[in-house]
Amino acid sequence: MENLIALLIGAPLLGAAVLLLGGRRLDKAGHWIGTLLAAVSFVIGLALFADMLGRSADDRALHQRLYTWIPVEGFQADMAFQLDQLSMTFVLLISGVGTLIHVYSIGYMEHDERRRRFFGYLNLFVAAMLLLVLADNYLLLYFGWEGVGLASYLLIGFWQHKPTAATAAKKAFLVNRVGDMGLSIAIMIMFTTFGSFAFGPVLGATGETSEGKLTAIGLMLLLAACGKSAQVPLQSWLGDAMEGPTPVSALIHAATMVTAGVYLIVRSADIFNAAPDAQLVVTVVGAVTLLFGAIVGCAKDDIKKALAGSTMSQIGYMILAAGLGPIGYVFAIMHLVTHGFFKAGLFLGAGSVMHGMNDEVDMRKYGGLRKYMPVTFITFGLGYLAIIGFPGLSGFFSKDKIIEAAFAKGGTEGWILGAVTLLGAAITAYYMTRVMLMTFFGEKRWQPDADGNPPHPHESPKTMVIPMVLLAVGSVAAGAFFEFAGFVEWLEPVTGFAHGHSPLSATTVTTATVAVMVIGVGLAYVQYGRKPVPVVAPRGSLLTRAARRDLLQDDLNHAVFVRGGTHLTRSLVYVDHTLVDGVVNGTAASVGGLSGRLRKLQNGYARSYAVSMFGGTAVLIAATLLMRAV
Amino acid sequence: MSTSAVASSVHSLWTTAAEPLDKIPAPHIEYVQLSPVLIVLGAAIVSVLVEAFVPRKGRYYSQVFLSVVALVAAFAAIVGLAAGGYGSTKAHIAAMGAIAVDGPALFLQGTILLASVVAIFTFAERRLDPADHGHKVDSFAAEAAAVPGSDHEKAAVKAGFTTTEVFPLALFAIAGMLVFPAANDLLTLFVALEVFSLPLYLLCAVARRKRLMSQEAAVKYFLLGAFSSAFLLFGIALLYGYAGSVSYATIAQVVDGSIATVNPALADTMGNDALLLIGFAMVLTGLLFKVGAVPFHMWTPDVYQGAPTPVTGFMAAATKVAAFGALLRLLYVVLPGLTWDWRPVMWGVAIVTMLGGAIVAITQTDIKRLLAYSSIAHAGFLLAGVIAATPSGISSVLFYLGAYSFVTIGAFAVVTLVRDAGGEATHLSKWAGLGRRSPLVAAVFAVFLLAFAGIPLTSGFSGKFAVFKAAADGGAGALVVVGVISSAIAAFFYIRVIVLMFFSEPKADGPTVAVPSALTTVTIAAGVAVTLVLGFAPQYFLDLANQASVFVR
Repeated sequence: MENLIALLIGAPLLGAAVLLLGGRRLDKAGHWIGTLLAAVSFVIGLALFADMLGRSADDRALHQRLYTWIPVEGFQADMAFQLDQLSMTFVLLISGVGTLIHVYSIGYMEHDERRRRFFGYLNLFVAAMLLLVLADNYLLLYFGWEGVGLASYLLIGFWQHKPTAATAAKKAFLVNRVGDMGLSIAIMIMFTTFGSFAFGPVLGATGETSEGKLTAIGLMLLLAACGKSAQVPLQSWLGDAMEGPTPVSALIHAATMVTAGVYLIVRSADIFNAAPDAQLVVTVVGAVTLLFGAIVGCAKDDIKKALAGSTMSQIGYMILAAGLGPIGYVFAIMHLVTHGFFKAGLFLGAGSVMHGMNDEVDMRKYGGLRKYMPVTFITFGLGYLAIIGFPGLSGFFSKDKIIEAAFAKGGTEGWILGAVTLLGAAITAYYMTRVMLMTFFGEKRWQPDADGNPPHPHESPKTMVIPMVLLAVGSVAAGAFFEFAGFVEWLEPVTGFAHGHSPLSATTVTTATVAVMVIGVGLAYVQYGRKPVPVVAPRGSLLTRAARRDLLQDDLNHAVFVRGGTHLTRSLVYVDHTLVDGVVNGTAASVGGLSGRLRKLQNGYARSYAVSMFGGTAVLIAATLLMRAV
Repeated sequence: MSTSAVASSVHSLWTTAAEPLDKIPAPHIEYVQLSPVLIVLGAAIVSVLVEAFVPRKGRYYSQVFLSVVALVAAFAAIVGLAAGGYGSTKAHIAAMGAIAVDGPALFLQGTILLASVVAIFTFAERRLDPADHGHKVDSFAAEAAAVPGSDHEKAAVKAGFTTTEVFPLALFAIAGMLVFPAANDLLTLFVALEVFSLPLYLLCAVARRKRLMSQEAAVKYFLLGAFSSAFLLFGIALLYGYAGSVSYATIAQVVDGSIATVNPALADTMGNDALLLIGFAMVLTGLLFKVGAVPFHMWTPDVYQGAPTPVTGFMAAATKVAAFGALLRLLYVVLPGLTWDWRPVMWGVAIVTMLGGAIVAITQTDIKRLLAYSSIAHAGFLLAGVIAATPSGISSVLFYLGAYSFVTIGAFAVVTLVRDAGGEATHLSKWAGLGRRSPLVAAVFAVFLLAFAGIPLTSGFSGKFAVFKAAADGGAGALVVVGVISSAIAAFFYIRVIVLMFFSEPKADGPTVAVPSALTTVTIAAGVAVTLVLGFAPQYFLDLANQASVFVR
């Protein structure tokens, strides 16, 4: 069976190669090829999953070694894969949701003349993401990590004719570099400390290593996670990344890639378990982002940006849970998977709405769409109920567990974290209800587009609707399925699991969660359901205005890094121009001048040439004799 | 020396020469081991007969066929000999001590033959210029003997004459080049030098376009070549005076003192170190002239520019291989005992060659002259490997020569493609924007330029790395520093051409790129293939060069 692992990655990689190198002759069939190969990957994933279930819990990991990737003595990395329960969970999520979104894109990108290329990039992304979660060493993981970064960059900027898209892609790329730097430094420390990159030797040797080093590795891994998963302080790129086509937002910037940071932390559980200080920072980052994203989500009028804020906030939950240690890892992953379903569903719904509304993204120009797009309304609604944690739906189970685990952290920290997660749940309910009401309820506030065409909202084609329906099923059922099918037991052999001892009983926590949810929904209803929504956004409070500007994150970055960097660059440029260039140009000019002068010796007369030879020989003879004399 | 002593030695010389003839042993010739040279020489003679007896119409095809078959057969013979162990265990000196059959000889002969095959393809190219009076034309004059611009010439063009004599000339030159690196005594060395030089002088003179320039180049080449031959010959005489023999092995033994007297007639001069050193320096002059080292390089730009471009490519590649082979053998076999004398001198030559070639190339405006100076700089890099005076120095030079010759022939083949109304457009300004118009040709040329510059993943890098590493290991670290500096200077003008091709606006009256026949295409493709293969996976060939790096003594 283990020989199939490489095929998981190979199928979409082949797709990317064929589609990107195949040229225009594949324009007609490209999307089918891409979708088919993503589906092949999913089917192989299912086969491996079935095989894995057939084995006992501690014998489930599979390994496949293809070849030695870097065959340098003392610095060896293998092209080798590891498929355990954690990787399996991701494989199914990535290839499953990935395939659905491929199908959706067939319809969504139908009128785009570069559709083949789009599918090529999507396949590239799937391959890179699978490589990331299947790698059996950190260096290979880093390869996948950079691969998804590349795919993300290409897809955010897919509509490169729009300057905003090009800028957003660049921004995502730059911010991610900061995080990637963290990962590479972490790997360097690992190599010097453990002498290896492979998970086995690194994670197995944490017991014999000083806590200081582990903390350093942990913090660097966290920096990496912050970049990829859009956590404070590296979250600024995610909102702008919504410039990419909506399927991209759904797959990469909601369901899979942005959760890579969570994977990284959970995968490195042994390091974090032995470095409590790093863990604490992880929980703090999670908690801050959770609120940060939620507040931003409340203020955005752009439906995708509101959802992006929500993504940030939900990943904040996961990071927080991952920072809690063994009491949280399993729930971080569980929330990650359920979130993958409902957030992808929500984005696809948003895409469907935009599709029907002349690509309008401003929710203030929606309203009353439930009658015109019933399937979208229902599927989006189910996703909405799932994310706010409506009892029985998937978000309820996964989020509830995280809140419980946060309280179980114990001490003051536990109370603070618990309170933050509860507050987050309330705000989640508030902003999601706001999205729901502004989009599907209330009066029509439709505006004609730039060309003056009024929108004619209609239900989207089947290729788009079917994935939405399937994801809605997942949003409804995944949580309960995990809860009752034993997700904890499934992951425990990999991540470890400890029961937390919460100061509050499970019932209390659940009740409180439902209560704050109701409060959030109620508040939103009062604000957006009872009175009409203005088409032009009111000025709003100071907080609202700040939140619309992503809580001034960009301004801060600009003031500190961009302007600071500009000044640094200017002074370096000055040094470069005067000092370095002076030396370089001076050398170049003198060499050039010398060349011009020497060139004159070549005057075209054979007699001069002969003199040169004669003189040369004389010097040769003289030098030879001199050498002997010395 | 008293007058009577002189008289007696003269007398003894006479008497020695007057020994009865029956004491000369019948020469023993190992025909099989010499078969590569013999095949090419035989083909050259047949080729002359073809010129004499085959009707004009059939000459071109018979000559091309004959040349290619002969060269391939000779190469097969080389492979056979190498497989038979003549490159290693069975290496020995054949033909009564005249010719060595050993690893370096076979490797270099193989390289010369392969380079010659692809060079002959460019000789045979007839697709680049439009047909003249309904006759296909190649790069060579209709009738080389006709005065340029005369009625005689016009009549020859109209009649569709072509100078198919270039094929026998090339074959003779190749035969000489095959002997040159294998020559094991000074006289054979000289004869081989003349055998390959004379046809080259002629080949330079037969360009179809810019005939006056071509003839001027040939005359210059001939005059200076004769001048250098004189030095070489004088040096040989002095060395004979020193050692009493022209055989490499004997000279080496006299140098290290293991033989006291060889020829009683020369008792007065033998062992006189002044003769040795002056003779050595003069022989060196002759060889350095052929490799194009500063200050014996001045013929190179003029001749490279004036000669028909296919001939330039052939000359630049094959001559360099042959000449470096001979130089290596001279320094490693004849003069190992003199290493401390020749190394400092060669250091100086290598340094001025590397820097001189690179610096003067910067201000060149003609692509052929640019490549000429580049070849001078490369001669300097090769000298750095020669100076290493270690086995790895030998193997690195062998590898470098193999890599360099294919890049060179390929590059000059590309030069033949870029044409305007006046023939090849060699002025650099005409190459502006070539990458926009003919991306493939420009990309191929860029590959060659990158190889010249020694950018990794090209053969140029592997070769330069091997040579510099050998030089550094051989204790010539300072030389490597100079080498790297001049590589940096050289990179400037290679990259400048790439920039010119890809990042400049094409000119309105710019040249067109001719579509070549399969012949030139094969040449260029072979150049690119070798460049990339030796760049990506050089190990096999480095090993091969390593195995071939032992001279028989």
